[in-house]
Amino acid sequence: MTPQGNFTILAPIVLSREAELRGLLASMNEAPGLVNPNNPLVPFAQFDTLHFARFVILDDKTVGDLRVYDLPIRTFPLYLVFLGDIDGEEEAFLNELVRRASSGLRAIFSCCHGFASDTDLMAWIKLLRSPASAVYVNTRGRTVRRIREEAALQDAIESHLASQASSLEGLPPREVHAQLKRFVEAEKSAGRLTLSDEEATPIGWWIRKMLHLICMPVLLLLASPLLILIAPFYLFQLRRLERTDPEPYVVVDDAHFETLAEAEDHDVTNPYSALGNLKPGRLRRVTLRGVLLVIDYATRHIIQPGRLGRVRSIHFAQWVLIRGTERLGFFSNYDGGNESYMDDFINKLGFGLNVFTSNGIGYPRTDWLLLGGSADERRFKEFQRRHTVLTQVWYKAYPGLTAVDLERNARIRRGLESSSISEQEAREWLALL
Amino acid sequence: MTYSMVDYADVQGLVRFGYGRMTSASYALVRVKNVAAAKAWLLAARVTDATEQRPPPTTALQIAFTAPGLTKLGLPDSVMEGFSREFRTGMSKDFRARLLGDVGRNAPEHWDWGGPGSEPHLLVMFFAEPEHFDSFVQSTRGNTWSDAFEEVVWLGTSNLDGDEPFSFRDGISQPQIDWDEQRQTPCTQLEYTNVVALGEFLLGYRNEYGKTTDRPLLDPDAANAELLSAVDTPAKKDLGRNGTYFVMRQLEQDVRGFWKFLYEQSGESLKEADQLGAKMVGRARAGDPLVPIQTEPIAGTDPQTSTQNQFTYDSDPVGAGCPFGAHIRRTNPRNSDFPERRLSALRKLIIMLGFGPKGFYDDLTSSVRFHRILRRGREYGSELPHEQALQPAPPNESPRGLHFICLNANISRQFEFLQNAWIMNTKFSAVSGESDPLLGNREAIPGCPVTGNFTIPGDGTLRQRVSGLPQFVTVRGGAYFFLPSLRALRYFARA
Repeated sequence: MTPQGNFTILAPIVLSREAELRGLLASMNEAPGLVNPNNPLVPFAQFDTLHFARFVILDDKTVGDLRVYDLPIRTFPLYLVFLGDIDGEEEAFLNELVRRASSGLRAIFSCCHGFASDTDLMAWIKLLRSPASAVYVNTRGRTVRRIREEAALQDAIESHLASQASSLEGLPPREVHAQLKRFVEAEKSAGRLTLSDEEATPIGWWIRKMLHLICMPVLLLLASPLLILIAPFYLFQLRRLERTDPEPYVVVDDAHFETLAEAEDHDVTNPYSALGNLKPGRLRRVTLRGVLLVIDYATRHIIQPGRLGRVRSIHFAQWVLIRGTERLGFFSNYDGGNESYMDDFINKLGFGLNVFTSNGIGYPRTDWLLLGGSADERRFKEFQRRHTVLTQVWYKAYPGLTAVDLERNARIRRGLESSSISEQEAREWLALL
Repeated sequence: MTYSMVDYADVQGLVRFGYGRMTSASYALVRVKNVAAAKAWLLAARVTDATEQRPPPTTALQIAFTAPGLTKLGLPDSVMEGFSREFRTGMSKDFRARLLGDVGRNAPEHWDWGGPGSEPHLLVMFFAEPEHFDSFVQSTRGNTWSDAFEEVVWLGTSNLDGDEPFSFRDGISQPQIDWDEQRQTPCTQLEYTNVVALGEFLLGYRNEYGKTTDRPLLDPDAANAELLSAVDTPAKKDLGRNGTYFVMRQLEQDVRGFWKFLYEQSGESLKEADQLGAKMVGRARAGDPLVPIQTEPIAGTDPQTSTQNQFTYDSDPVGAGCPFGAHIRRTNPRNSDFPERRLSALRKLIIMLGFGPKGFYDDLTSSVRFHRILRRGREYGSELPHEQALQPAPPNESPRGLHFICLNANISRQFEFLQNAWIMNTKFSAVSGESDPLLGNREAIPGCPVTGNFTIPGDGTLRQRVSGLPQFVTVRGGAYFFLPSLRALRYFARA
């Protein structure tokens, strides 16, 4: 199995060159929200292991919210984020990136602090890496190559059925399955379909995963006497803050809303980039760190393939601390419109969102970190829209396919490759077509 | 004691009644020509309220406003800001058109009304029993009408006796409003219910989340003294209270094209064309659903319609009875908050954490109670019985279709979600390559060149897939309105 990796580069923009940078990024799009996958700056389509990528200028319109705590407004550098989700190791991908897109990346990064014409691009990128604190991968091991091969498989069966369906009508499910299996074998032999075998899991990745799986609970166990001791104080303080934190209700302005909306709903999948400011105080900082550890552990070891809780529409997500713990970025790729994403965040995954977002200034009040929060629909929707940042450039390697489509295609393939299939399995397999 | 919190005398009647007996109706979409004259006309207009009258009235007048209309009447921006964003910015914005599937032939630039540059200000609705209709319209307009307003378009309706133009029974299923707020809005609703919180259809009351939605709250002053106070912020006057948002779309239906396509697909058999049509709609033409009626009642389902309405899709998890993509299954999946009906707290937790059902089609659809609408549309154009629909059209045949109207308190979560995530979505409930068989625009989207399929799942057999569906329905106009309470209406007229 080839595990999925990711990369995140966080570069401070030279403010006098911000407009130029925006122009460069816009030149990679055919229209707002519609990337040219072969654009000369970063020709995304040339990378066979790249699932999603995006450039975002982290233009935070909400720093003024610190005022509700009577705190001075902090000024942060304006960052450019370049992040993506890939197959295999980050190092290998970055090498390929530098090889194929050197001049484009140099043009983009020349608008950032510390980049000169003689800067070594690879060394600079490594210096500005800002690894995500937690990453969600819809289905580990599902590579871009596999996704494309399985989509071609589904296409081939679909076209075959368009002309041959009548000859299969009324046949028992296992017979239909057997006939389609023969068709696919013939297509493979003729070289019209390829279904590559899974590659071996890198041993280093596997060892790291196992160590993480075991060490975190061990560490937790070792720290538990201390944690139990401080738990009452922590909970008391948390509840006090949950009751007293200011809860400003600020409505997102129409211009910002429309800028975001104009870049959305071009594909069946949308990017989501959001940035929030942490509430002041040590407790919130510690909480956020702890929560990110839990999310990281859960996404690596516990959650089921294809499902983030009950939600099946998220391809990848990254939680990135923006240089320190004052600000958190959340970047995801989800199927459907923003309204249905928010519907999931309120009705299905509220606890999962509350647990980290409630540490941000202005989030609707939560109870025990998990409850409430997003359930306050009006406040929550304005909060999330206000904290959404325009994704300047967004690339997806498989337009038109949702995460559920990918699951269907994988199930179709699995059904074809299993050596024996029961009557019930054949019926379920047939329902996928 | 039955006691209603809602002052029906303050609510426009259309929220509570469909005025089915008033079979004549017209919609006047007008722009304000003279503000003072318009206000005088509004102040004098006898708008029908929602109180129950004995004998029932024979005529009804209802009035709704667009955002440009309210601005034209002089409502200041500071008040306008309190309305929801969808209402304020309108239906025809580019991004919103994309969201609603109003692209290609449906695009607002082709609309007869409501598109860029032809937004109406007011919608004046006239309902009456046929013999009273002409005199009612004439007396209601009065002498000042033409000084006050300029008519953008005057939309007539026709009475097809409860069928829509494709010849299917329409309007069978409507949510039942919980007028007295008897039902506690639950954290989780485990059974499908047809009773929906008052705040989903009337502004200023608690919705399915137990909260209120966007509407203007004003600081009390002399001008707004008559307005009611806000339920959740008693110090403020609630301009929205007892009003609601009103969505109108003119949907032209290609009745001949629809039946011709079905007939050709069915090997020129009228009977099979009928069956295919039923699969697309999710009901037979007479209105009977394609899944069995259940014996246990569903809360809020009118006993009179239970033979056609007392059902869910629990008995049909693979779509073999009613296809997933059928119009009525898309627009009301009749589900609840969880994929299972009776479950322990532990089981709930297991499902929430993603360890629940693993089947491919399990748990894909959002809970419907947050996405209900109250439909109040009327048909237009002459009746074309479906057996005649196969004959060639006479020259210059006049168009037919539906003036779709729905009421909802939250346009983005109710109407727009329904239209975007369920009707136009080519990926609804794990189907692919198809949108609503009746309403779909069949436009390609990136990576999906084909969106004109319709799939009839089999029960352990290979599905039947109909391809090449033409566009049967074309949007001809549309706008978002605010249907004010009678108090708010007087406030606008005096503002």
